[in-house]
Amino acid sequence: MAKGRVSIVVERCKACGFCVEFCPSHVLALSSAFNSKGYHPPHVVHPEKCSGCDLCGMYCPDFAICATKIDAKRADPAKGGAK
Amino acid sequence: MNTDLQKTNLQSADPRGVLTGIHFMDGDHACCEGALAAGSRFAAGYPITPSTEVVERFASRVPMVGGTFIQMEDELAASITLIGAVWGGAKAFTVTSGPGFSLMMEHIGYAAMTETPCVFVDVQRGGPSTGLPTLPAQADMMQARWGSHGDYEIIALCPNSPQECFDLTIKAFNLSEEFRVPVMFMMDEVVGHMSEKVVIPKADEIEVTPRRHTHKSVEEYLPYATNGDGVPEIAHAGEGYNFHVTGLTHDERGYPNMTPQVQDKLVRRLQNKIRDAADRIAMFEEEKLDGADVVVVSYGITSRVAQRAIEAARERGLRVGKLRLITAWPFPEKKIRELAANVKAFVVPELNLGQMVREVERAAGGQAKTFAVSHAGGGVHNPEDILKVIVEASKCRKS
Amino acid sequence: MPEILNILDNDLGKNLNNDDFNDDDVQNPVEPFLRSDRVPHIWCPGCGIGTTVNSFARALLESKIDLRSLALVSGIGCTGRVAGYVKLDSFHTTHGRAIPFATGLKLANPKLNVVVYSGDGDLSAIGGNHLIHAARRNIDLKVICVNNLIYAMTGGQTAPTTPDHSTTSTNPYGVFEPSFNLPHLVEAAGAVYVARWTMFHVRQLTRAISEAFHKKGFSFIEVISPCPTLYQRRNKLGDGLDAMKDYKAKSKVRNGAPTSEVGMTMTGEIIVGKFVDRERPDYQTMMRAQYADSLGERFVEQSEMVCS
Repeated sequence: MAKGRVSIVVERCKACGFCVEFCPSHVLALSSAFNSKGYHPPHVVHPEKCSGCDLCGMYCPDFAICATKIDAKRADPAKGGAK
Repeated sequence: MNTDLQKTNLQSADPRGVLTGIHFMDGDHACCEGALAAGSRFAAGYPITPSTEVVERFASRVPMVGGTFIQMEDELAASITLIGAVWGGAKAFTVTSGPGFSLMMEHIGYAAMTETPCVFVDVQRGGPSTGLPTLPAQADMMQARWGSHGDYEIIALCPNSPQECFDLTIKAFNLSEEFRVPVMFMMDEVVGHMSEKVVIPKADEIEVTPRRHTHKSVEEYLPYATNGDGVPEIAHAGEGYNFHVTGLTHDERGYPNMTPQVQDKLVRRLQNKIRDAADRIAMFEEEKLDGADVVVVSYGITSRVAQRAIEAARERGLRVGKLRLITAWPFPEKKIRELAANVKAFVVPELNLGQMVREVERAAGGQAKTFAVSHAGGGVHNPEDILKVIVEASKCRKS
Repeated sequence: MPEILNILDNDLGKNLNNDDFNDDDVQNPVEPFLRSDRVPHIWCPGCGIGTTVNSFARALLESKIDLRSLALVSGIGCTGRVAGYVKLDSFHTTHGRAIPFATGLKLANPKLNVVVYSGDGDLSAIGGNHLIHAARRNIDLKVICVNNLIYAMTGGQTAPTTPDHSTTSTNPYGVFEPSFNLPHLVEAAGAVYVARWTMFHVRQLTRAISEAFHKKGFSFIEVISPCPTLYQRRNKLGDGLDAMKDYKAKSKVRNGAPTSEVGMTMTGEIIVGKFVDRERPDYQTMMRAQYADSLGERFVEQSEMVCS
């Protein structure tokens, strides 16, 4: 059960890979898709592992990603918060 | 923010800074008193002859009127420390002479670009380079106008007495606030070091131009938008406006925007806000211009030497008028052009090898001849030398 | 807050969870501190400057600084552009002169918290004189020096911090002049707080900036940061991510280390930590004390200097 969730502003990403490398739970991978600038943004491959620690957000030089803790209400599966 | 200040254009000087009375003081000290009377409570400086007495006096006076003087590590620092102080809310100035003035050029451009109201005092000495540290010249006049790179306009005033060092320093601050422009206060070593009677009026007789502080809300405020007169309203750091100031070409939000279109709009506005007001800014002293054959155009200490030559020429029956430039920049070209239609010649003595004379010649536009009376600096003219040129000029035929 | 987009529609993109992407409640903690209309920024992929801004923003949150009182001053260069991206009263000044500008700002309005955010070349070469004198005077400034070991904005020229033997565009056969050890320099000049972290140490950097905010006097935080486009590439050190891995592997935390021992080499270890944390009266405290002592009741505090 995920404790956190990741948000990505795809258009800001420059695909440095910091978030993928330094995510302690290996939640992310770079996508093969492009954003409009031609970069490969990350995407969530293991959403269930996200702890919401926001290390990805702290490392992201482009302010393109952040992770938040899921509170109890949002963790309600009926609301689609936790996967 | 004191919003009452916005209601009137002018306000009275803060009496704490005004040393009301009749004094015997030199031009450097009078300049300092002018700055204090104008409301300046911040100066940053670096020692350089023959200007240092201005900040020495400021350093001694300002702790008793509530302000700061800081002696910086060089003129590069001094000239931007004062700009920082302005954005912190102060009225600020620095004082220097030739070599230091050269070092300050980048920040004169920065002040022009960021529209920072401030005053640069240059007590001119002989150059180039270290030149004549203790002796006068007027050879920084073109540097004052053109010294920083790029297109911009400044205002420059030229006092010719300690009394004017006081009066015009106030004027310099007032103009800087009105137009949000750096004002060059172009003294010279003789005016700086000569002692004369200086009358400092009561504070309520001194008019001070308040800062063009915005009264817009944070949401409405655009730091570099204007209300038609080409001069934007300012906000200070710490007031919640979250504004951005940059020396890069910027749009009305103050954001860098390096397109030819934004450059054109910005740089033309910076230029036109001064040029369009040139007639209003222009101050000069005139004497017997009506019917004159020759007009002597001078400024600063040279105007006092020229006075003797003018009077000697009149004693010989020559019709000589006097035009003393108090505002050197923007150059009062309209006045010169009007005179040029009627006079035979201009005689321009100055303590350089020909600077403002070029402006006179340009403004005259071939309608009248122009004679330079150059002097490399280190002293003042012999009035005889000016007289000779006046006599020669009187003989020429009307163009 | 910009719109969170989901434009990935290929196979891998299907793994993305759309619910997570379009959530109005989710806001990057750095967002309130940014001029969002100016992002994406100009910094290269893998450049570390943006990451330092994350730490800065989080330090502002942690230290509960009144943002209204905060002014940020930058010089020229890549890091000089920070001023343009933060939603604060921010000043992008001339090359090397961020510190004297900040000095004027602080002295004119002592209530301001003034941060100088600039690069190694700006602060220690063209601005080197101001750096040491502001430290000597102990002006109450928080200086964040992003050290990417090179002049980046102008195309990769040698900086005073460029390590020995590395290659730059102006030392194409290798740098042979010794580099500055900035913590040592500013400690000797009088800084009250001196720390160095790399961009890998985001949490430590955040803490250091928070600590500096609670320090009165000249604080200096050096952040070693990758320049993949110029320093890394010219020296065959890989990209930004390689630099980060390198920082992780080679950094050695030595809080309180003598700053004389923290000089950097091109491939050697990077000593990081809080090196100096001491008390000295700051410039304005000394100034007021001196005036009060010499002038007694004739001394007038400058609080009313600010004109409206």
